[in-house]
Amino acid sequence: MEALYHWCRRLYDDTAINYTICYDPFDRARMAHGILTTIELAATCLVFSVIIGVVGAWLQGSRFVWTKRIVQGYIQFFRNTPPLVQLYFFYFALGNLMPRSTNAYGFQEPMLDNFDWAVIALSFFAGAFNVEIFRSGIEAVPTATVEAAEALGYSRLKAYMHIVLPLAFRVALPALNNNLVNLIKTTTIAYAIAVPEMLYVSNQIWSDNVNVPEMMIFLLLAYVGLVALLVWGMHRWEHAMRIPGYGGGT
Amino acid sequence: MSQSPATNEFQSTVWTEDQPIVSVRDVHKSFGSLEVLKGISLDVMKREVICVIGPSGSGKSTFIRCINALTTIDQGSIKVKGQEVHDPKLDRLELRKKVGIVFQQFNLFPHKTALQNVMMAPIHVLKQDKKEVEGRAYQLLKKVRLEGKEHAYPGELSGGQQQRVAIARSLAMNPDIMLFDEVTSALDPETVKEVLLTINQLVEDGMTCILVTHEMGFAREVADHIYFTDRGVIVEHGPPATFFKEAKDPRTKEFLSQIL
Repeated sequence: MEALYHWCRRLYDDTAINYTICYDPFDRARMAHGILTTIELAATCLVFSVIIGVVGAWLQGSRFVWTKRIVQGYIQFFRNTPPLVQLYFFYFALGNLMPRSTNAYGFQEPMLDNFDWAVIALSFFAGAFNVEIFRSGIEAVPTATVEAAEALGYSRLKAYMHIVLPLAFRVALPALNNNLVNLIKTTTIAYAIAVPEMLYVSNQIWSDNVNVPEMMIFLLLAYVGLVALLVWGMHRWEHAMRIPGYGGGT
Repeated sequence: MSQSPATNEFQSTVWTEDQPIVSVRDVHKSFGSLEVLKGISLDVMKREVICVIGPSGSGKSTFIRCINALTTIDQGSIKVKGQEVHDPKLDRLELRKKVGIVFQQFNLFPHKTALQNVMMAPIHVLKQDKKEVEGRAYQLLKKVRLEGKEHAYPGELSGGQQQRVAIARSLAMNPDIMLFDEVTSALDPETVKEVLLTINQLVEDGMTCILVTHEMGFAREVADHIYFTDRGVIVEHGPPATFFKEAKDPRTKEFLSQIL
């Protein structure tokens, strides 16, 4: 590691290519924190958006007209508006309406901080797409299979959990994969409400060191790496869930 | 065998072996403007095997699906072991514990092995002990002659094998009545035999069976009573010995002449 730091320092001296995030301990810590924040933000949104997708898709199949309408309204709202506008809406409009508490120093503090709002906005944004993705999977499960479960005494919820969802998941995985990749990339808009994720930290660093091209190259490569990691994981999962003699996975 | 439908709430839930285990009275069912069942009535006693035959579109499958409430009826009464099926507050679970069904297209759960298919419902629905259920599932698969196929997925089994898993899956719930909805129609002639053999075993064990079938030879062999339906009504019925030889109605005669 020390050798690498030294090499980056030399690189700067020799060529003026300036990677402070490598040789400068302060910037290194900042960037490490930025990367972790991005991963934390992405992972949290990923989990919540999938939960929203699964629950939303279930509610969409409800017998009650109003349940379906509410889910449909949610999807329309979040699919038809830009994520940045949603984020601003949550943070500036709803955030202002939230009750405040007084912290240990006697300052007024909002109940939810900017990170929380980013999680909420992005989860709902990606969740709206996930509902539709899971719906496509659910609709691919033959009604006869669900009927067989019903005939064995399964309730709608039990059939959904044990039969419909596991089958729908397998059909929906490639599309879900796509949406989750998009979600990771969309976490960068949390920059707009000062969540110290990778883009925000990079901005701070290049403001201090005037090394915009270096930081941009780093950012792009970092996202390539992050997304590759997710895609690799999802493909492993897809492979592990393959059923002999079912679908294309024979 | 005819019996007036009980009106008293209490009476309706008490069933004794001398009453029909399935009692169908004047059942009507329409899909939109198409009336599929136009007043079907019949009784099935415990351990009895009945076969419903008739041309396609005569409402046979709709009828059999009404018995376990997969299709709801518009009018009439179906009582299974004293439980009224035509009831908006129907306890479906209670009904489906009593009635098992096997479908034409098997409808196994493709993401589970044969053994798991058999084990799922008793564990998820009846909350039975997993170890016990597993032991029974092995036995049931042995009974339908699928020893060694326990860990195969439905996609790896032939149609006849899948259908036998479906039968075992239904039996795992310990039903009193088994419904068979054209269970051999999707199979090639070779595998039809192995499925019929399995059903025959069940009949010998004394299972109450209602079969919708096109296998006339088999119907004649196992049925206690044969019902011929056409365009939503029972045209003619009787024990196989007389039914096949002395059919009276011209529609029955025509159907039998085409098929036999």
